[in-house]
Amino acid sequence: MQEESLLTMRRIDKRFPGVLALNGVDFTLRKGEIHALMGENGAGKSTLIKVLTGVYQMDGGEIRVEGEKVSIHSPQDAQNAGISTVYQEITLCPNLTVAENMFIGRSRGAWVRQNKLEERADEILTKLGIPARSTQLLGSCSLAVQQMVAIARAVDMQCKVLILDEPTSSLDDKEVKQLFDLMRDLKKQDVGIIFVTHFLDQVYEVSDRITVLRNGELVGEYLTEELPQLQLVSKMIGKELEELSNLGDSEEEKIMQPEVFYEAEGLSSTEALPFDFSIRKGEVNGFTGLLGSGRSESVRAIFGADKVTGGTVKINGKPVKIQRPIDAMKHGIGYLAEDRKRDGIIAELSVRENIILALQVMNGMWRPISRSESESFADEYIKVLNIKTASRETPVGSLSGGNQQKVILARWLLTHPDYLILDEPTRGIDVGTKLEIQKLVLKLAEEGVSVTFISSEVEEMLRTCSRLIVMRDRHAVGELTGKDLNQTQVMKTIAGGES
Amino acid sequence: MRKFKALFLVMILVVCCMATACKKDDKDDKIKVGVVNNPPSESGYREANVKDMEAVFSEANGYTLKTFYSIKNDEQLQAAQGFITEGVDYLLISAAETTGWDDVLKKAKEAGIKVYLFDRMIDVDTSLYEAAVVSDMAKEGETAVNWLLSQNLPEYKVIHIQGAMGSDAQIGRTGALDKQFESGKMKKVVQQTATWDEAEAKKIVEAVINSGEDFNVIYAENDGMAKGAVAALDEAGITHGVDGKVIVMGFDCNKWALRELLAGKWNYDGQCSPFQAQIISDLIKSGKAPASKQIINNEKGFDAKALTQNDIDTYGLGE
Amino acid sequence: MKKNGKKAFLSGFGQLTIPLIAIALLVVFNLIRDPGFFSIGISHNNNGNPVLSGNIIGIINGASELAVLAMGMTLVTAACGGQDISVGAAAAIAGSVFVKVLKSGSAINAGTVILAFVMACIVAMLFGTFNGTLVAVFKIQPMIATLILYTCGRSIAYWINGGATPTVSSPILSGIGSFIPGVPIPTPVLIVVAMAILFKLLFHFTALGLFTQSVGINGSAARLNGINATFIKLLSFIILGVCVAVSGCIGVSRLGLINHETLLIDIEMDTILAVAIGGNSLGGGKFKLSGSIIGAYVIQMLTITLYAMKVPSTDVKAYKAIVIVLLVVIGSPVIKERFGRWISRLAERRRKVSAKGAEE
Repeated sequence: MQEESLLTMRRIDKRFPGVLALNGVDFTLRKGEIHALMGENGAGKSTLIKVLTGVYQMDGGEIRVEGEKVSIHSPQDAQNAGISTVYQEITLCPNLTVAENMFIGRSRGAWVRQNKLEERADEILTKLGIPARSTQLLGSCSLAVQQMVAIARAVDMQCKVLILDEPTSSLDDKEVKQLFDLMRDLKKQDVGIIFVTHFLDQVYEVSDRITVLRNGELVGEYLTEELPQLQLVSKMIGKELEELSNLGDSEEEKIMQPEVFYEAEGLSSTEALPFDFSIRKGEVNGFTGLLGSGRSESVRAIFGADKVTGGTVKINGKPVKIQRPIDAMKHGIGYLAEDRKRDGIIAELSVRENIILALQVMNGMWRPISRSESESFADEYIKVLNIKTASRETPVGSLSGGNQQKVILARWLLTHPDYLILDEPTRGIDVGTKLEIQKLVLKLAEEGVSVTFISSEVEEMLRTCSRLIVMRDRHAVGELTGKDLNQTQVMKTIAGGES
Repeated sequence: MRKFKALFLVMILVVCCMATACKKDDKDDKIKVGVVNNPPSESGYREANVKDMEAVFSEANGYTLKTFYSIKNDEQLQAAQGFITEGVDYLLISAAETTGWDDVLKKAKEAGIKVYLFDRMIDVDTSLYEAAVVSDMAKEGETAVNWLLSQNLPEYKVIHIQGAMGSDAQIGRTGALDKQFESGKMKKVVQQTATWDEAEAKKIVEAVINSGEDFNVIYAENDGMAKGAVAALDEAGITHGVDGKVIVMGFDCNKWALRELLAGKWNYDGQCSPFQAQIISDLIKSGKAPASKQIINNEKGFDAKALTQNDIDTYGLGE
Repeated sequence: MKKNGKKAFLSGFGQLTIPLIAIALLVVFNLIRDPGFFSIGISHNNNGNPVLSGNIIGIINGASELAVLAMGMTLVTAACGGQDISVGAAAAIAGSVFVKVLKSGSAINAGTVILAFVMACIVAMLFGTFNGTLVAVFKIQPMIATLILYTCGRSIAYWINGGATPTVSSPILSGIGSFIPGVPIPTPVLIVVAMAILFKLLFHFTALGLFTQSVGINGSAARLNGINATFIKLLSFIILGVCVAVSGCIGVSRLGLINHETLLIDIEMDTILAVAIGGNSLGGGKFKLSGSIIGAYVIQMLTITLYAMKVPSTDVKAYKAIVIVLLVVIGSPVIKERFGRWISRLAERRRKVSAKGAEE
């Protein structure tokens, strides 16, 4: 099985201040293969991709395309070398037509015949079997089709190497299937595809080969069929997986404290319909449901993140008013928002400043935390949560996703909340960190902190939560405890069976 | 809510009635004058100009005065149009811009309304207006430079602080001095525009002082800039005024500037008279066509040595 | 260890690199042009007091209003991601109030001056609140919101005093605007120092710095962390109001006269430039006050240099524009990145050389 190698990267080094992001990494892509690039966040996947696409300059090593050495200093160079990327976030213009999006920025002259372009676009779309018309506005297509148009654009630019960076994270199952069909088509046309994703199942569904990175170093290259899923995970996180399976058992032994900490009756906000909810001290509960089922909106109402429109709230049995986030914080509630980039991190501020932010807000403007105090807080939590950062003064935006999430966790832990709401704390972060966060949640519960845990991975919630509230169409449709806490029952409830 | 609305409507009605009632009170024997001018906030000059107009064309003097102030030419044009439709007897204009007035002035002529221009000229055929009462800025400059020459200094080393480049006042007041620079009679130490900004004038003089160059005359094209220049002299310990090393000259005759003259801190202030109303009123009352289309408003220059408190009260602008 | 030290030196100035380089270039340029440009002497002013004189004093003194405004503008920029273009007009209003209060009393003494300043502050803070409300509550673009006051501010200033250029004179005023007898340093410079210290204390004794940057960088996250973003934005405008009042009063005191049309004219653009030259992002977020202050001195030094070269002041703006374009381009992310790459390549080469040396 000696295929022609299309792209070879040899001994790639990349240094950032204080961090060796890539250390002599090798990577080989053959013609007509789908090659999954795997690793935890911070393993060096994105750095390697960025070196390959000219976003970063490598500090050492060489890149060959079809045996010829190429030097890539800019995205333009990469494109000229036949390397195209389709990013996680769509980078096309939704208010232009499909055809315009496919050819934008590529025509030499200012005058191009519109209908010529459309003809050509339709030709490519049909060839690739993409369900879109050239004259249609891109914004009117589904996300999957938009992504496919981006791929079509890349293909039309004579790309030999196509990089798909988390292409499926915002697609539903049907769309994922469409995308995979397209990928297989391209494979037949001898395009080499580098596939970066967090979804292990998808890797096994579509890829031929897997390269695993860890801590900026190459772990190895494997044929997909020869590497069982469990082994892949252990290679990624660098330890055996026993912990993973052990984790689930602990909560059965837990003794539930009887007192109710938080209680809401008919609570509603501009985004959430009225609902009742209560949580005991030391309890971990979860909200589950499909995207848009109202699970995030409900917890946002608890925290006062959206405008609260009605309902009564009691904390420790006493009625309180929670209208704004600061009210909730003053009553010992912390909230880790769903969208880390938009609602969580202050990217340009340092790790230290991000960690002390919530505590500082609770202290008020007139009682600043002194520099030395904040430094010791930061150091403490960097250590406790094992945050990988060059220093406490590093801008948090330059950390990997998992470590950013840990910083925000640290921020809320520092306020010593009685009740912590975690909305998708594990989304888009690596397996190792996921595990750490799950463990942390259970530890907090043991210490008497109430936790609400939301995740789109049901399995993860089953492991951590002792009670699940299932939501559908912005209503709570069921509450599962004890024996009912299993995947089938959750699915049934979500799907609308009896509860 | 409805009550409020009703109340509001009633109030509007009442106001309207009162307005119409007032109109009927107008007596027909008064001369109706419409003045289109720049707003008093434009400058101290304009403020005095507006006050002068309002004082001369008063009810007591037998006039009904309608005024409109704007620095925008199109607004001025509309207002003039309005005055013509209302039927004034005389239209007095100090235009924001020199162009665009043909049509309006033609309409005025057709309606038999006599037009006087004051302070500023307009680019139209002279037949369209009775006369223009204006200052001669060039003459102001000449008067000042002649006064300076009469001081018989052994040498003239002049810091020349100009107004906003291209303005009438700047061109006029610069011209006479430029001639002296060209002839070599006076030496130009520096010639800079401070665009009427006092603080800028101070910086210009500071720069000269710090460069170590010698000078003995400051010719500032308005009072404010002269004051700025003097502040720089004071900080550097350079004497000025009647018994000082540096001669200080300003323009516009603000009262506060004339007081500086009286105190001997400045030497000269050139007048730019905003008082055209009396001249126009005299022309109107005489009923005769003026001898010339352009009437130069006679302007003085004040020497610190000859100035009296009476002069300040008569000719000073502002308070 | 030594290598680290060098690296820290290279990147240590960080944001301040560009303004400091600009100052250094201007200094070198002036020294070549006129070695005596920076000489400082002691002379006696017309009140007989010893005072420092020379171009450098002129520059530092002349930039005072700009520096004070730049400090406030930095805060507004950081919190709101936009600029207040009405500072010049607002300063004219504050100055007019200052003069109005001074003239309404019979005699000018320390009490009336303080009262006048306090009144000017209150009025300027009110106008700051007006701007701030438009920006923070009604979410109007700062430039658009402040365009209103920019347009009508100087007319308001006119209404306050009526006359075009009312004058006030008093030894106290010349003490503020020029020199305090016995102190050879121009008072406006001392005021700038005082303001800088006040800001430093403000950031030290409150968490305003952290909150402002959080709001500026990620308003949504700041809100979810309990920060009242509306209040922070409003506060930044009110603080700018104080700066406006201070600079307006300095401007009036320098000459003892208020010309509502020309007081601090066009200063808004210089102020914004000072913030930008200081390496602060005009899009808000992280900020450094010291950068903006240095930026103000860069602009003033540039102006004075051009005056000293007898460049006609009509042309000064054009030359200024050229230099500022250069500075802004040099400070742009593109050039910064290229330069950074060049530096790291240089360091790389040196490391290789030293590694080779070690091997041998």
